[in-house]
Amino acid sequence: MNQTQTSTGPILTTDGIPLKVSLKKAERINKIRAFLLVLPLLAFILITFLVPIGDMLARSVDDRQINTVFPKTFEVYKKWDRQGLPSEEVYKTMFFELKNSEGYAVGKASTRMNYSKSGWKSLLKKSKRKFKKIEEGPFKEQMIAIDKKWADPEYWLALGQMVDPTTMGYYLNAVDLKYDSSKNIVQQKENRRIYNKTWIKTFKVSLLVTLFCLLLGYPISYLLATLPMKYSNLLMICVLLPFWTSLLVRTVAWMVMLQQKGVLNNLLVMSNLLADENRFQLMYNQTAVVIVMTQILLPFMVLPLYSVMKTISPTYMRAALNLGASPMHAFYKIYMPNSIPGVSAGCLLVFIIAIGYYITPELVGGKDGQMVGNWIAYHLKTTLNWGLCASLGAILLAMMTVLYWAYNKIVGIENIKLG
Amino acid sequence: MSQKDSFVKFEKVDKSYDGEILVVKDLNLDVPKGEFLTMLGPSGSGKTTVLMMLAGFETPTSGEIYLDGNPISSIPPNKRGIGMVFQNYALFPHMTVKENLAFPLEVRKMQKSEIDEKVGNALAMVELQDFGNRMPLQLSGGQQQRVALARSLVFEPRLVLMDEPLGALDKNLREQMQYEIKHIHEKIGITVVYVTHDQSEALTMSNRIAVFNDGKIQQISSPDVLYEKPNSSFVAQFIGENNQLKGKVKSINGENCIVTTESGDDIHALKINVNNNGDGSLVSLRPERVAINSSENFENNFDAKVKELIYLGDHIRSRVEVCGNDQFIVKIPNSYKEENLKEGSTVKLSWKASDSRALDLN
Repeated sequence: MNQTQTSTGPILTTDGIPLKVSLKKAERINKIRAFLLVLPLLAFILITFLVPIGDMLARSVDDRQINTVFPKTFEVYKKWDRQGLPSEEVYKTMFFELKNSEGYAVGKASTRMNYSKSGWKSLLKKSKRKFKKIEEGPFKEQMIAIDKKWADPEYWLALGQMVDPTTMGYYLNAVDLKYDSSKNIVQQKENRRIYNKTWIKTFKVSLLVTLFCLLLGYPISYLLATLPMKYSNLLMICVLLPFWTSLLVRTVAWMVMLQQKGVLNNLLVMSNLLADENRFQLMYNQTAVVIVMTQILLPFMVLPLYSVMKTISPTYMRAALNLGASPMHAFYKIYMPNSIPGVSAGCLLVFIIAIGYYITPELVGGKDGQMVGNWIAYHLKTTLNWGLCASLGAILLAMMTVLYWAYNKIVGIENIKLG
Repeated sequence: MSQKDSFVKFEKVDKSYDGEILVVKDLNLDVPKGEFLTMLGPSGSGKTTVLMMLAGFETPTSGEIYLDGNPISSIPPNKRGIGMVFQNYALFPHMTVKENLAFPLEVRKMQKSEIDEKVGNALAMVELQDFGNRMPLQLSGGQQQRVALARSLVFEPRLVLMDEPLGALDKNLREQMQYEIKHIHEKIGITVVYVTHDQSEALTMSNRIAVFNDGKIQQISSPDVLYEKPNSSFVAQFIGENNQLKGKVKSINGENCIVTTESGDDIHALKINVNNNGDGSLVSLRPERVAINSSENFENNFDAKVKELIYLGDHIRSRVEVCGNDQFIVKIPNSYKEENLKEGSTVKLSWKASDSRALDLN
């Protein structure tokens, strides 16, 4: 009994420390050293990638802005029964908070309030100016005298959406929904529904671009992988050449090619294949976006495909032929299944890049070719509605995560090969 | 051999890849039905090219190949019905063992039940019944090799080609597989053309061996003849261990001749491919045919100085200096006992004239 106990006890090193402990100790220094090596990169990723994404996600639901300008108003507002107009107390706190706050803060808050009910912004601007003359109450009548909107319950009801420090309003906005004044989710007005169409368009364009990249990229990758070195190197340079050319130059070149009086149409007209009045509309629409993005993203399909195809031994095809399969059958049954990791890697890569693409739709898309990325840029730079930008971005991120998850379930992420 | 007997026939076949160098030169070869023919040669000797032409992956630059009497140069590889075992097996990695074996049967549009039966038989032949549902990469090298062998046989081809199929296996497994392939060949009586650069593999398995060098067959004969009676110094050197004594032909007497070495010793040898007095010659002699301190009366008797002795268990390998060659190897049988055999001592070597072969200078 005693003997078995000693034999099952922990293995000791010669100085009596359990082997596992001293092994850990010996490996700890290596681990720390390895960690220190990747620390700069880790910090870089944290600061430039994870923190901004976290900030974006926070912004997409953040509604504190307004609560910092009108905290007391919201306190008394909560007691209101939402029937008729609010009490004198609500008007009074609103009056003082507006009068005493800084113009900059009011500007930001009013922008937010305008998302809930348009008209708030001008109302606050006008009121703040005129409030200076008013010294004492009752405030309700005096405020209504300044602007009749103060007597409109709709404006007061719209404030109710902003009481919570977080909101789903931006997300609703991003899919053509909104809160009504009693905080029910309803559809946007017909003429303001733009995002669902944009989402569908973005998906459609991304799928088409991925499909065309695959159709064009597969044969060229096959050639690259199977041709003798001297030809395949030349071909590889042709594939990579676009990578070395500025994106803008390439896009503008396409504009020259595709416009109505451009190279392609002119050639067709000159060769009498096309009547002068029937020139194709190939620029400033979705067609243009698909054509140009396919060209730009093609290398992202070719490179993973090539790297996988390079590993498919030519003897597989020989073996299949030897066993009696026709060349087509051998290709379909043997070569294609073995190239699947490259196909899926290429498709995933192209689709991910395409779905958030901005510059090409902006330049060649016209009104019809705008994608989600363009709306994000528009709200970021023009309307300054960062909450909506953040929610659009977060939805994109969520979609990619779902896609990645589905891909992992179906194909397995370990099958991906990027080179 | 008559035309009827020859199942595979190469007729004046040349092959060039670049239009400048012929990798196969004027090849004429007949393989009768049921034979196990090995093409043996160093790399670059053209043996694999010959196999590829037979399989249909390369076309002859000139000449014609016949299979069962019909010219096949214009038939694509998938219509030839020839089985092949590739160097790295070429098992389809995305298919199970069973699916790999069923592939050639499916492309021939066989019934499902027939396919299952044949696949089962093929797996049983290579004793892999329990591995049908594994993927090729889950098998060991030897098992993969056997699957490849089974796949090349499952559709009952007329001819099986093997391109260095054992090259990737370790030594023990290679020897074991040599016997397995030999037994399968004997059992089903199929014609096999086998390519290797390993001479012991060739000697073990083949009915006949064709030794290739420089795009040509140097000698084609059964393993024992090839070993015992090489007809060129290349073959003598390439197959087995071999002693060579360099000299000039002194006199020719019918089947025999005398070659004088640079050290002035006259060696009695068989005249194989030397023609005239004064020609340079390499006399080739197998180490195990040399007797040490023998009382028998052989034509060749020389004193030799022992340079090195290595005890190898079943025999003592000794390097001696004789007739001006200090790399001369003698295999002394384990039963030979003599106290004064040590490095530096002088011994008497003797061998028959019929065991030494006067070959070209190469």
